[in-house]
Amino acid sequence: MGYEVKLEIFEGSLDLLLHLIHKNQLDIFDIPIAAITDQYLEYLELMKAFNITLAGDFLIMASTLIHIKSKMLLPEFKDDDNEDPLLEITGPLLEYVRFKKAAIELSDRSRLDRDVFIRKNTIQPDQEIKDEDYHDVNIFQLINAFKKYLKQSPPEIPLKFHAEKWSIKDASEKILLILKEHSEIIFHEIFHAKHSISEFIITFLALLELIHMGLIKVFQPTQESHIRLSQAFDVLEEKHG
Amino acid sequence: MDESLKSLKLIIEALLFASEKPIMAHEIHNRCLPDESLSDIKTALKELHAEYDLLGRSFVIKKIAQGYQFRTRSGYSDYILRILKSSPSRLSQAALETLAIIAYKQPILRQEIERLRGVDAGGILRSLMEKNMVRIMGRKDLPGRPLIYGTTKKFLEIFELKGLDSLPNLKEIKEIGSNENKIFVPEKKDQAEGNKQGTSYPEKQHPGGNRESNQT
Repeated sequence: MGYEVKLEIFEGSLDLLLHLIHKNQLDIFDIPIAAITDQYLEYLELMKAFNITLAGDFLIMASTLIHIKSKMLLPEFKDDDNEDPLLEITGPLLEYVRFKKAAIELSDRSRLDRDVFIRKNTIQPDQEIKDEDYHDVNIFQLINAFKKYLKQSPPEIPLKFHAEKWSIKDASEKILLILKEHSEIIFHEIFHAKHSISEFIITFLALLELIHMGLIKVFQPTQESHIRLSQAFDVLEEKHG
Repeated sequence: MDESLKSLKLIIEALLFASEKPIMAHEIHNRCLPDESLSDIKTALKELHAEYDLLGRSFVIKKIAQGYQFRTRSGYSDYILRILKSSPSRLSQAALETLAIIAYKQPILRQEIERLRGVDAGGILRSLMEKNMVRIMGRKDLPGRPLIYGTTKKFLEIFELKGLDSLPNLKEIKEIGSNENKIFVPEKKDQAEGNKQGTSYPEKQHPGGNRESNQT
């Protein structure tokens, strides 16, 4: 349409005030309060005309400016502390400028991933820990763990004998399935859903078989902790592919 | 120097080379070399630090956040960014100002940040926390138990600082109004300028500014 007006957007009242001081090439320690107040209010009017919502602090600053201006108009008005009323804005302004300068210094420092760079490591931290802290478990430890588990929770359902429902093959497939879902499980978890001693045994045999085939990794984080199982992924992929 | 210090230095050099984070002397002592004394490790680190500085290579060992780390000198970002296919990390002026306030004034309340900048700080604080440069340090024992903010170790790493005490002193402002450009952060630095800037603002703390040794 008709006009194109470039309106600078200020981040806050201090930002605007500083801009006005710079624009008029004023000294921050010697601000002509009347002129600055007028310009400040003019700018607020402009923002209103453009329907820019004014943040509250713009208005607070406006009232502060007017207040200072009125104070300075009164001749020899003795304040309690007898301070220069201008300090009310020069103080915050000076601090604002101080941090603006500090921000520039910060920005000028050589910055990581902008000016300077580091080597990026490819090892994931948790992988690191695994390799460090886990020991291999031998077959006797595994059998002991199995015995211990059997003692702790003997199958509650009385033994019944029937034709073998479970083949080792089935059981190993189940174990692999569990491991596919949970990348790592505690040894006794593979027995959770089993009901009979034969199921227990077949599952255990299947586990041994899988270890033998190299499809499962068995390890123990510390001597005291539970034995854990995980899939030996790479081997599995090779066999299938 | 004796053989043992020499081999110790080589081990530590390898550790620094393989590590992504700055490593501290006591970390080396506790995790890798419990039999070596902490002071020997510190000596070795200091010597390595000085040796790499003198080598005049494009990378050096820098002291960052109380630890040591291999880093490139500044001035190669143009090429490195191209091979990494990434863009330089940027921070807005508002973010830098907020960060400066937090860095110098921490522990600090959000209310205090807003008073100093004259604007709401919520959005910027959130994004600085997402970037892991600012963290919540706790709550102040005031009505409403407001949160207290401070900078993180990552902040030191990003701005190549040994510690918070190596931040440059806040300058007293004697007079402003003469030169506007000095007050506003020149944020849109393209890379060519970024390179130039390395020489025009020689910061003696980091060897990157010291170009003379590079050129000879």
